[in-house]
Amino acid sequence: MNKLIKYVIIDILRNKIVLAYTIILSIISFSVFSLEDNTAKGLLSLLNLILFIVPLVSIIFSTIYCYNSSEFIELLLSQPIQRKQIWLSLFAGLAVSLSLAFLLGVGIPLLCFEPTPTGLMMIIAGCLLSIIFVAIALFASVLTRDKAKGIGFAILLWLYFTLIFDGLILFLLFQFADYPLEKIMIIISGFNPVDLSRIIILLQLDVSALMGYTGAVFKDFFGTNLGFFVALSALVIWVLVPLQLSLYVFKRKDL
Amino acid sequence: MRLVILFLLYFFNLVFSSFSLIASTIYVGQKTPFHSIRQAVIHASPFDTIFVQPGIYFEHDLNIDKPLFVIGINHPIIDGQHIYEVVSIRASQVLFTGFKIQHSGVGTLVDPAGIKIYNVSNVTVSNNILDDNFFGIYTQNGKACIIKNNTIKSYGQAEQEIGNGIHCWKSDSMQIIGNTITGHRDGIYFEFVTNSIIWRNTSIANLRYGLHFMFSNNDTYITNIFKKNGAGVAVMFTKGVTMINNTFEQNWGDAAYGLLLKEISDSFIFNNKFTENTMGIYMEGASRCQMQKNIFKNNGWAIKIQASCMDVTITQNNFFGNTFDVGTNGTLVLNSFNANYWDKYQGYDLNKDNIGDIPYRPISMFSMIIEKNPPAMILFRSIMVSLLDKTEKMIPSLTPENLKDETPLLKPVKL
Amino acid sequence: MIQTSNISKKFGKLIALNQINLQCSSGQCIALIGPNGSGKTTLIKSILGLIVPDSGEILFNGKNISNDWKYRSQIGYMPQIGRYPDNMTIGHLLKMMKDIRKHESIELDLELINSFQLNTMLDKRMSNLSGGTRQKVSAALAFLFNSQVLILDEPTAGLDPLASEILKEKIIKEKQKGKLILITSHVLSELDDLVTQIVYMQDGNLIFHNSIEELKLHTSETKLSKAVAKLMTQAQRNE
Repeated sequence: MNKLIKYVIIDILRNKIVLAYTIILSIISFSVFSLEDNTAKGLLSLLNLILFIVPLVSIIFSTIYCYNSSEFIELLLSQPIQRKQIWLSLFAGLAVSLSLAFLLGVGIPLLCFEPTPTGLMMIIAGCLLSIIFVAIALFASVLTRDKAKGIGFAILLWLYFTLIFDGLILFLLFQFADYPLEKIMIIISGFNPVDLSRIIILLQLDVSALMGYTGAVFKDFFGTNLGFFVALSALVIWVLVPLQLSLYVFKRKDL
Repeated sequence: MRLVILFLLYFFNLVFSSFSLIASTIYVGQKTPFHSIRQAVIHASPFDTIFVQPGIYFEHDLNIDKPLFVIGINHPIIDGQHIYEVVSIRASQVLFTGFKIQHSGVGTLVDPAGIKIYNVSNVTVSNNILDDNFFGIYTQNGKACIIKNNTIKSYGQAEQEIGNGIHCWKSDSMQIIGNTITGHRDGIYFEFVTNSIIWRNTSIANLRYGLHFMFSNNDTYITNIFKKNGAGVAVMFTKGVTMINNTFEQNWGDAAYGLLLKEISDSFIFNNKFTENTMGIYMEGASRCQMQKNIFKNNGWAIKIQASCMDVTITQNNFFGNTFDVGTNGTLVLNSFNANYWDKYQGYDLNKDNIGDIPYRPISMFSMIIEKNPPAMILFRSIMVSLLDKTEKMIPSLTPENLKDETPLLKPVKL
Repeated sequence: MIQTSNISKKFGKLIALNQINLQCSSGQCIALIGPNGSGKTTLIKSILGLIVPDSGEILFNGKNISNDWKYRSQIGYMPQIGRYPDNMTIGHLLKMMKDIRKHESIELDLELINSFQLNTMLDKRMSNLSGGTRQKVSAALAFLFNSQVLILDEPTAGLDPLASEILKEKIIKEKQKGKLILITSHVLSELDDLVTQIVYMQDGNLIFHNSIEELKLHTSETKLSKAVAKLMTQAQRNE
């Protein structure tokens, strides 16, 4: 298992995309902090990076990688190795290298310029999002044999999590404006890892605003240790569920 | 007016000092003839000085009903045993200083206090420590009294179970200086108090408001600190308020304001600092107010200005890192924003005169959405909301068209 | 050694395998023949566990292979088209495969690596290899671990005559060691001096499984290719 992860990681590192991704991330991070006069604005730019670019790159890269390593998978499958091991190694390799890229590209600048709970929370959220979208990518790519279809599906999923889901929420909020929706919103936000990460970071970034109005409801939930733990667990579940589903399909897949 | 007071004080001083030549000095303590302050007060003649030696005195109905100088040595403790009002001052020209007053009675009908001043003038209460009293220092119908450098602390759990730190009712020409108040209902409470000054007080972690006043015209507030109070500072139904150099900090909560201005007119708010409040300033029915050179930093809403406000001028203020710069509830705008520094301003300055060439709209579309639908806050800073805000900036539809700063500054105002 | 009982597999509407029963024992060299799309590769992949049959079971040494994977350590597999990670070199690939199967305490069989002279091009990337060299790599890998069972899918396709001859020699050598060898091939003439058994498949059905002597007797031909051709025409006529 460890050997396989090692080979997957070596293979990923050998193709230069992850390296380029790391470098671009670090250029963006360092420049937002050095160009902006206050770090708060830099943090906001990074927030968008974490919520938008990181999931996109993670899901697209992982999907393409999955398709491109079908040979590798085939080769391994005829060897005395469990299918589960192959798949988990693939996941682990992708998760490790993409979150490593994020840690180097965004984590280090954040620690340099913003060594606060906010910075830490953004690092945690970014890492988790990288891993979650690797898992989602695995799920997307195991469903169909066709590479183009698979990548299209992955992009659709990304669009759903970053944009469409929020649009639906806004629509619902206005449709049911007469009802107290705060508590329901907390539950609904659990259905989207991007929203969940955003809210965790928001609690650090905009704590003053969140103390008022309904923000207090979110604060009362996510702001407590229990709420934070629940949110983190939900994010972990967002890794495990797509991974388990993809594993289930992969185990039964004909190659 | 103030000059007259000062002059009067000076005059009284002269008179007192001539009296003191004939006045005597009385000591209260374990080894002196007087074991209780109450006895000493009964025996004293006007303008005598009573020194109280260290120790604990269980007094009740301690009425200071003649002009006396009552001075505690090393903060002797006067204890009200949770039953009595501890010290009642019922004569003018009393000096009461250097005590520790604790455990006043509790009651909502008579409002027992640590020190209560009844219908008199020129009383000075200074350098006392008040601990665990229902009301701290209470003035009713006072005139020209000085409440200075007292430390007032209580341990209230619920608003209705505790009184205010410094409570003034129907008073005039008061000086509230350098007190520290914590754990009361309102830190400082003024009702029908005029021509007074509140200077260099610190009001922290009180249950309701750090400072609360109503119907108190022509008062001035300088260099006070209001921090972590239940609902910040509330200023209501008053005209002629001057607030300079105060700090409003971390007043967090569902209806919590750094400063609430309700039905305020002809007031001047200058050089204050609003940091990390849910709302920096909340204005409702305010008119003819000037806000100048204030700093708004890291607030949820820097200013929330309801459509009921008019002729409020907001100029040369600095806005940094606020979640929302300005919020409002309607499209009617009768107020002006001019020459402020907004850190969110993204315009340019081609002629390099340090004034942005395109106006700044401090109201984001999303702040209007939240105004209508508070739970939408959960979507804040999501990509979709950023997109909506960007579009709104280009084609304003929801936000009030004429709420804008035509001359936004590119650099913060130097203060 | 390998036994399939009633395995079936459908791809959509296409029936790839239909109730296949097959018995293979060590020492045999079985040729799996049949027209294109007759289910040969599907059968092989089923045995390897790459394809999961819809029904039926496959026993390897008497044990059901579903949900098992350890049995593959006794199989050397040479795929029809060897597909390898593009940015690996031959050296890396060999090293990795050795690394993965290291725990098996067996002697490595480096004969093919040497005779194909793969040693001299260890630094070449898989993506830059010709089809033939790729086949050589596949063959070398299949034989590398001295496995008890060898499954060779079109082993000689794309190989030059010299390499093809080397491979045949090797197959014969391994057969004599008592290993079970499964070969699919189109080029029947090549199989003549290799195989001991013939399995003929068509449209997912196993039409015929017999020893080569029986086949020749049955069709009264001496050449394998001719015997099979006769068989195929018979089969078509029966339809």
